[in-house]
Amino acid sequence: MKSGVLLKIAKTHLLARKKQSAIAALGVTFGIGTFIILVSFMTGLNGLLDGLILNRTPHIRVYNQIEPSKKQPIELSSTYGDSNIMHEILSIKPKKSQSNIRNNRGIINALLSDSRVKGVTPQVSTRVFYKSGSVLLNGNLIGADILKESELFNIDQYIMQGSPRDLDNNSNGVILGAGVAKKLSLKVGDFVPMVTSNGSIIRLKIVALFQSGLADVDNFQSYTNLKTAQKAAGESAAYLTDINVKLYDLELAKAMSDELVRLFNIQAVDIKTANAQFETGTSIRNLITYAVSVTLLVVAGFGIYNILNMLIYEKMSDIAILKATGFSGGDVQRIFIYQAMLIGIIGGLIGLILGFLVSVLISKAPFETAALPTIKTFPVNFNPLYYIIGTVFAIITTFFAGFLPARKASKIDPVEIIRGQ
Amino acid sequence: MEEIIKVKSVNKYFHDPMTLQVLKNINFTMNKGEFVSIMGKSGCGKSTLLYILSTMDTDYEGELYINKRKITGLSSNELAVVRNEHIGFVFQFHYLLPEFSVLDNVMLPALKLGAKSKQEIEHDAMNKLKMLDINEQALKKATQISGGQKQRVAIARALINNPSIIMGDEPTGNLDSKNADLVFNILKELTQSMEMSMLIVTHDSDFANKTDRVITMADGEIISQ
Repeated sequence: MKSGVLLKIAKTHLLARKKQSAIAALGVTFGIGTFIILVSFMTGLNGLLDGLILNRTPHIRVYNQIEPSKKQPIELSSTYGDSNIMHEILSIKPKKSQSNIRNNRGIINALLSDSRVKGVTPQVSTRVFYKSGSVLLNGNLIGADILKESELFNIDQYIMQGSPRDLDNNSNGVILGAGVAKKLSLKVGDFVPMVTSNGSIIRLKIVALFQSGLADVDNFQSYTNLKTAQKAAGESAAYLTDINVKLYDLELAKAMSDELVRLFNIQAVDIKTANAQFETGTSIRNLITYAVSVTLLVVAGFGIYNILNMLIYEKMSDIAILKATGFSGGDVQRIFIYQAMLIGIIGGLIGLILGFLVSVLISKAPFETAALPTIKTFPVNFNPLYYIIGTVFAIITTFFAGFLPARKASKIDPVEIIRGQ
Repeated sequence: MEEIIKVKSVNKYFHDPMTLQVLKNINFTMNKGEFVSIMGKSGCGKSTLLYILSTMDTDYEGELYINKRKITGLSSNELAVVRNEHIGFVFQFHYLLPEFSVLDNVMLPALKLGAKSKQEIEHDAMNKLKMLDINEQALKKATQISGGQKQRVAIARALINNPSIIMGDEPTGNLDSKNADLVFNILKELTQSMEMSMLIVTHDSDFANKTDRVITMADGEIISQ
């Protein structure tokens, strides 16, 4: 009942100056609208860019690296290996070893039984030369279980003119990088000869092309079946060079990769270490979005502050009589805070709707990019969380914009006003 | 007789620009149903006294009782409740809220009190307006009626919570003699028919002479009552 009266007075004041109120609300509308548009577009774009790298990148990659032995033979000697004896070995060379991951079956089984792991894909990576007449083009042939790759690492998003299934069905098939295909003027259905690292030539049929958007990859890489790659490398069916792991929770990647290194005595790199720059880019883009929106809202807040201040000067005698007839300082303060909040809520709601409509418009706008052949329109994120944040923003800024003038109004001494007339 | 207002040795000082005693040891009591006017030249402290009695001015020494309740020392929120329930004000200027209708202006203090439903308050407000013969203007904006009518609306607003006392600061000061008489008669009528108490500050001796009791002030002191 009581706050009903205060709200009624607040509403009447606002409606009596429709133009001013509308302009104040418009400020909030622009602030919130811009926030929604920016944040939806930015996070949509972030998702796209992150997806470009992060979705395809294994959370943990297990591999074997050529490097010098950590313990040199002399350290194993019972005579000289004592830690008290200084020895210096000059010109240490890397140890010759296979790039095959030893005990890869065991590692894969251990990973698959781990509850943190969503999936595992084994890979064979081998150097090849793409051959066209006398031209040899440096490249990399990856053998993989292509269906699993598309399930876990979304490789299918980058495949054009064909599908992962085409490769799965054809044991001599290859999905060629679009850059390679262009350089050698090959198309789907053609055969591409490749010179393998041991000098033999294999001929694979192009079943599809892939375009990742990263030129270095597209000009270099091709996918085939695991067995074909093993054959090309001249190795047995037990030969694996990489094990890619996808976890349920990306945040666990670092800890788990350290664990794998310790347990299996192999190399492992986690996604965060390998792609630290992406996280930085994402957080900076978010920072810019919030900074711009907050600035706009602060400007809108000043607009409200200004209008309420003017209103309070105009309404001195109304405030005095309200106080004389029994409205307390707190009541008067609430009347003006209600006014600010009404402006904020109405302006904010319109801003949300405006932001949503423009976002829809953007999401329908054509967006062709070489990076992502499957994407045709701008990416926009319609996460409802941002609409909630926008509403909270609007309420908080307008509350503070209203608070100072309202407090001033609450402190007005009615005697001074009434006697001064 | 039941006493409605009691003032015990009230002193008040203004400190700006220099300390000046404006009220000197004021003592008086006023009974229920009395029509009292406070007379005096301008600057004698009569308005200052009224604003202390109105509970709006709390910067004084001494004690004030309304309806035998000690008012001195209450918090500003408690004082607001006292004003809302027990005191009706009529000022020289009407102080109607210009954006609201006449009816809304009258209803506001009752809506604030919240003791009755909106329908009842509206009914009461219409009755008060009818009593003051301005019910036909009820739905007009407060800015659309004449000066005399505005003052009558202000009286209706003062009456809406059936206060124990009506205080007025030169309520006829802005009106022509015809409207001034009208307002006086309304106030007089209220004391008789509703046993309402009136405390009116005026420098109009004609007005004062028609009231039950005249308190005369000079230089911050009561010289006769």
